[in-house]
Amino acid sequence: MSELTDLGVKALRDGIRSGEFSARETADAFIAQVAKAKSLNAFLVETPDHAIAAADAADAARAKGDTLAPLAGVPIGMKDLFCTKGVQAAAASHILEDFKPPYESTVSQRLWDAGAGMLGKLNMDQFAMGSSNETSAFGNVVSPWRREGGGNAPLTPGGSSGGSSAAIAARLCPAATGTDTGGSIRQPAAFTGITGIKPTYGRCSRWGVIAFASSLDQAGAMARDVTDCAILLEAMAGFDPKDATSLDAPVPKWEAGLNADLSGKRVGIPKEYRSDGMSPEIEALWQQGIDWAKDAGAEIVEVSLPHTKYALPAYYIIAPAEASSNLARYDGVRYGQRELPDGAGLQDMYAATRAAGFGDEVKRRIMIGTYVLSAGFYDAYYTQAQKVRTLIARDFENAWIECDLLLTPTAPSAAFGLGETTDPLSMYLNDVFTVPSSLAGLPAMSVPGGLDKQGLPLGLQIIGKAMDEQSVLNAGLALEQRAGFTARPEAWW
Amino acid sequence: MEEGQGFDRLSPNGNKAMSNYRIQGATGEWEVVIGLEVHAQVTSNAKLFSGAPTAFGAEPNTQVSLIDAAMPGMLPVPNRECIRQAVRTGMAINAVINKWSRFDRKNYFYADLPQGYQISQLYHPLVGEGVITVQLDEKDPDSEVKEIGVERIHVEQDAGKLMHDQHPTRSYVDLNRSGVALMEIVSRPDMRSPQEAGAYLTKLRSILRYVGSCDGNMDQGSMRADVNVSVRKPGGELGTRTETKNVNSVRFVMQAIEQEAQRQVDVLESGGRIVQETRLFDPDKGETRSMRSKEDAHDYRYFPDPDLLPLVLDDAFLDECRATLPELPDAKRGRYESELGLSAYNAAVLTADADTARWFEALLAESARVQKKGEAEVAKAASNWLISELFGALNRLGKDIEDSPVSPERGAELLGLIGDGTISGSIAKQVLEIMLETGDAPAKIVEEKGLKQTSDTGAIEAEIAKVLEANPDKVADYRGGKDKLFGFFVGQTMKAMQGKANPQVVNELLKKALG
Amino acid sequence: MSVDKATVEKIAALARIAISEDEAQRLVPELNNIIGWVEQLGEVDTSNVEPMTAVIPNTLRLREDVVTDGNVRDDVLANAPQAEHGFFAVPKVIE
Ligand SMILES: [Mg+2]
Ligand SMILES: [Zn+2]
Repeated sequence: MSELTDLGVKALRDGIRSGEFSARETADAFIAQVAKAKSLNAFLVETPDHAIAAADAADAARAKGDTLAPLAGVPIGMKDLFCTKGVQAAAASHILEDFKPPYESTVSQRLWDAGAGMLGKLNMDQFAMGSSNETSAFGNVVSPWRREGGGNAPLTPGGSSGGSSAAIAARLCPAATGTDTGGSIRQPAAFTGITGIKPTYGRCSRWGVIAFASSLDQAGAMARDVTDCAILLEAMAGFDPKDATSLDAPVPKWEAGLNADLSGKRVGIPKEYRSDGMSPEIEALWQQGIDWAKDAGAEIVEVSLPHTKYALPAYYIIAPAEASSNLARYDGVRYGQRELPDGAGLQDMYAATRAAGFGDEVKRRIMIGTYVLSAGFYDAYYTQAQKVRTLIARDFENAWIECDLLLTPTAPSAAFGLGETTDPLSMYLNDVFTVPSSLAGLPAMSVPGGLDKQGLPLGLQIIGKAMDEQSVLNAGLALEQRAGFTARPEAWW
Repeated sequence: MEEGQGFDRLSPNGNKAMSNYRIQGATGEWEVVIGLEVHAQVTSNAKLFSGAPTAFGAEPNTQVSLIDAAMPGMLPVPNRECIRQAVRTGMAINAVINKWSRFDRKNYFYADLPQGYQISQLYHPLVGEGVITVQLDEKDPDSEVKEIGVERIHVEQDAGKLMHDQHPTRSYVDLNRSGVALMEIVSRPDMRSPQEAGAYLTKLRSILRYVGSCDGNMDQGSMRADVNVSVRKPGGELGTRTETKNVNSVRFVMQAIEQEAQRQVDVLESGGRIVQETRLFDPDKGETRSMRSKEDAHDYRYFPDPDLLPLVLDDAFLDECRATLPELPDAKRGRYESELGLSAYNAAVLTADADTARWFEALLAESARVQKKGEAEVAKAASNWLISELFGALNRLGKDIEDSPVSPERGAELLGLIGDGTISGSIAKQVLEIMLETGDAPAKIVEEKGLKQTSDTGAIEAEIAKVLEANPDKVADYRGGKDKLFGFFVGQTMKAMQGKANPQVVNELLKKALG
Repeated sequence: MSVDKATVEKIAALARIAISEDEAQRLVPELNNIIGWVEQLGEVDTSNVEPMTAVIPNTLRLREDVVTDGNVRDDVLANAPQAEHGFFAVPKVIE
């Protein structure tokens, strides 16, 4: 049955609907793959019973002749940042180890309501802070990809949604949820040769998603191709009165609206993204993407986003500031781990609990965030960063006068080796292409564009106007059809 | 929000120094400068950012949602009613309503603060500058009137509660109050005496209760004041202030000010310096003391709450808030004097509290209906009866007006019986006592007890004859010119009639009989 | 702005993260590196620019004043490291 795990969301959904195979067979096939792939460390918790229950419900519904739900019987992976009722949600941090939420996040609930089943909770960078998955408290995820002739050096699957990207690339699940604060869906998608979309800020409810940086966090879909992303996102998105920042707008029928013809679309190429140090391979890939867009009927225009270089420093003020406050609740009082040294008072308990429970990168960001908000510094750092953010959003608004979409590389390089990047600042620079659209809350996706000379996947990023996920998906589809990306990692795990 | 910004700037209203309150020190007189930050619980069914209930006195942690417990991924959504009540309160003190405001996070760690931050409003409060007019002695129409500036009103979350006395080595956390909506009402440092502060707090409480935005229950913690006090030589530079937290009665606020001001004068005159600090009022000892535990370098790192968008109010919302404002105490008091012809004293007493005014107006309407007269015609008698008779009785019973065993309708019936001459004022006192005990209708009591006033001239003449016969010398004295004795004959006749004779008829018949 | 060891210790204390001397020492250059880098934002002329308040132009929705939640004490206390008699328990606090 191993070929069932080669199918994507659409093929599985349609196959289960038509009776070509059962949902139970499907679930069993993926469960077996997950069980065999421990060495990837992609799953923190396996939940075969959840997947089987959803599968059996789908099979039973079909047997009764009921109309099947949109994702009936499709097993997926759930990033550990989502609260899942009765199943550990730890954000890959010791401080939340064994935390079993008595509630279900809105996004995961929507997926279960759509008939999907959960194969397990996916590893990630701790509290979604990281770009390589190395900040997980439970060991990093290893990418299923390896360099050609580069030995067996373990590579990063990207981060923070690295468990999701690795699991999809290794065919452990056909799709998974991700979350993207500064590129955490797009960069891992690019590193593992899969597709991922971060919708407009507010499309997916943040209720029940463990917060990193509230004004940036956005859930999205990760899968093997654009169509599957459209299907998954359609089930995840939608207005939620429990999230005050949720967009009160209907969810378009994105799958039905897919159209790879880009005639009449103007695709902008932001000149500021063409940095001096850009690798020739990335530059070539970008040019390839431009040619494909042209081939699909798009008009190519050069545009300017003058404040691009300030996006990353603004992000590294805003995100840590919000995080320092969002993570104050992890204090060992109401849930999670508590560290209580002998004779410790309340405040000592907090300090010991947080010292033991948070990883180094989380602590670093809490410290930065605390610093930039502290007395005397607030205006110089935080207020200035939010003003720059206004300018960055304005840059995009100005660009939309000249174009409908933007095309850029997703990341400045292919996946790097685990342990290769140790300086925090160099790690932050990984997000240079993804962060500006995050700051502006715009929909953006990564699609595989090809392989570099080491045989590792590279991604192309498409950024769209707020609420215009359809155009982003359509451009993604146009590129996907032309890229014909079929490479996959050879199973070594 | 706890920080008082109010001390930088005195109210623009330019009050002349109306208070003569001075502390007499060895180096001369000292003036006291006072500002109050009042936390008032907004009357609402559900909490500010969650759907959990707000009722007082429930089992621990039962009125708590996952949001109030700050579970991972939980998000706040604001309660319209809490915003609406804060806006109405602002309107009631003629304050600027900010159509654009925002919530900020105030970050600090404490076991009663589950999120690790309080959602409050620092940079853009919902309500800006307003003013409250206070009269130093509400009962004395000639006492000083002063305007106290209100700098702002903002909306914020209450914290939970820590209990220290249930276990030898542990404190217990109850989150029932966590997330309950508060208005923080920050005055300008415009007060100069404990009396002014007391009058301000009393007036503020009265306004809140009229508006219905807070029940003003200070003993249940619905209203508590942080008291900022500094002293200076009259007219001199502002001194360093201290903040005495969470004082929960008008009397304690006045005491705390008195004690704290005296302490500051003592410190300064013995060559010391006032430290800007947080203090606690100990009602048992009647003094304030330093809360050193709370003094570790505070840095609240306020920033806009990214879970909440800007709060933008439209005109329809504001119009509704304004349209539903009741007549407020100052306006009502003026109207009682000008339209109902009540004395300044009666008007002040009846309007000081919303429940009293409501009760009085019900009594008034019903009295007018029963007696088929205009309200202005019955107002005086009704107000006198309410203040001297019913208040006296309730006082004895230890009851508030809203728990009065006599309803306004029954009160109006009783007033009607006086008005139409069925009973006299003194019989009415007896009838009221019986009403308070039995809850019976006054007419029924009068009927059953035979208390009806009589104008039966035959019966009265018979009693008069007996009185004159029994007091021949007094009759002679009267006829000899001792006019004053007339009252004696009236009294004797009324007594003989057991108070039930119509006094006017008695007067007429006596005059005739005495010639 | 340069961060020294005392500042690192103050920030860690504010953030309630216990750190050792060594960690404080190690964090000094790390934080300086990052803080120094974000300070390039100072170059941007932001006069007459409002700080961003809503990522996607939007204003706050308000909910109705209805009790829809609460009475879930078991859920509230389910994950508590220490719960007694319906309360969360913490080391004794002296006020
Ligand atoms: Mg205060
Ligand atoms: Zn406050």
